Amino acid sequence: MIRLLRILGQIALGRFAQIGRASIMWGSALNSLPKTSDARLFIDQIYVIGVKSLILIVMSAFSIGAVLALQFYTQLVRFGAEEAVGVGVAMVLLRELGPVVTALLFAGRAGSAITAEIGLMNATDQLSSMEMMGVDPLKRIVAPRLWAGFFCLPMLAIIFSAVGIWSSGLVGVDWLGIESVGFWAGMLDTVELWEDIGKGIVKTLVFALIVTWIAVFQGYDSEPTSEGISSATTRTVIFSSVAVLTLDFFLTLVMYGDF
Amino acid sequence: MEAGVIISDLIEIKDMVFYRGERVIFNGLCMSVAENAVTSIIGPSGTGKTTLLRLIGGQLVPASGTVRVMGENVSKLSRAGLFELRKKMGLLFQSSALFTDLTVYENVAFSLRVHTDLSDSLIHNLVLMKLNSVGLRGARDLMPSQLSGGMARRIALARAIAMDPALIMYDEPFTGQDPIAMGVVVSLIRALNDALSMTSLLVSHDIYETMSISDKIYILSDGVAIASGSPEELQANQTEKVVQFLNGLPDGPVPFHYPADEFVNDILGATH
Repeated sequence: MIRLLRILGQIALGRFAQIGRASIMWGSALNSLPKTSDARLFIDQIYVIGVKSLILIVMSAFSIGAVLALQFYTQLVRFGAEEAVGVGVAMVLLRELGPVVTALLFAGRAGSAITAEIGLMNATDQLSSMEMMGVDPLKRIVAPRLWAGFFCLPMLAIIFSAVGIWSSGLVGVDWLGIESVGFWAGMLDTVELWEDIGKGIVKTLVFALIVTWIAVFQGYDSEPTSEGISSATTRTVIFSSVAVLTLDFFLTLVMYGDF
Repeated sequence: MEAGVIISDLIEIKDMVFYRGERVIFNGLCMSVAENAVTSIIGPSGTGKTTLLRLIGGQLVPASGTVRVMGENVSKLSRAGLFELRKKMGLLFQSSALFTDLTVYENVAFSLRVHTDLSDSLIHNLVLMKLNSVGLRGARDLMPSQLSGGMARRIALARAIAMDPALIMYDEPFTGQDPIAMGVVVSLIRALNDALSMTSLLVSHDIYETMSISDKIYILSDGVAIASGSPEELQANQTEKVVQFLNGLPDGPVPFHYPADEFVNDILGATH
């Protein structure tokens, strides 16, 4: 019994220490706002994290928008309300699927890549050598990735929702023959700037914060071995996914709830 | 710098204790590194020679005792103070630790770009001078993945001396070098030390090469310095451990085997 308590205590202490290290890292990175002299580092990361994720985001959004249009159509056409397909797809994408699916895809593509890259730099003493040159890796390596992630994810989520809505229009209007005016005008009349678009963007900002934080910390704190990097990458995807889905519930509750 | 501290040595270590997990690595280590000298640390594997370099660089913190570098107590420095002190240090890592996303040229130019406002043309000249001194000026456009282990080590050396540091630490600089490169690196360490008035701290297993360029050598074992002195003094030292290590004898007070049960018991235990 005492042995069990000791093991549990050790695990708890380890977790608290990890949270402490993650908070220190986050604090140091927050103090390293992108400066003009470091603009190149920030722009490089925007390319690696954001631009290189674009194909995945656009393809996924196109597919999801098209599928949503088909699903809404099959249900709504029975009630002669197929013109509401546009509204339905736009609401689902702007409020939920845009922020959530983009964050999940981002964690899988960019998050795991960030963890693996920083983990490998750690394992090959590159972070140590940077420290010994008097260059703080938290400012040079961690901060640009954190800020680039925070900047890119909302952009990607906006692109995701836009492409999804466009593909639902292709399926709904151009293929299934829904009245174009009804499809688009219904959407424009119903979607509200703050309530639907603004709150969706707030969600992506929260997800961006948490996903990039997890990805960068897991890499920075990983065991400097091949197994260590492998498990850190896995943890990034799992922790990020669980955090995004859990946070989405609470954010929806707080922002839209009148329960 | 703390008031009242007089720098007699560039590095002063007093009664330092350091644990890795529950294992004692240093148990009251005392040593000093004189300014402008080449000081070497040798000793059996696992005695914490590389760990000592990390303690001096402030990447590890001792459990007790002090590590003073250029008059500063390293473990008491703030993060910013530590990074400031490190600008005056260079460390050649055993693994070379080159930045894999940068070319050889950019690796050497890295600290010059970050820490100075020198123009591109001046940085260009400095980088080529450093690369020329290690014989790899022609490899400036290669990526680290295109270098052999020995070449990577020499590039890392060029990078470590890029800022002309006051203190340079070498972690196993001769490992993986071909005989020609080895000779070049050996003479380069001594020549750089004398020409640039640097202080060099060297960790190595290569006794002959280390002896040939060192002013003072420490032999570490069991967490303390068991002997120290000039190469001649050490060769005259008849202490059993010193004789065993300097002559590479398998039998002696330093065991070849990691602590374990009797071999016979292990074999029989497995059989049963």
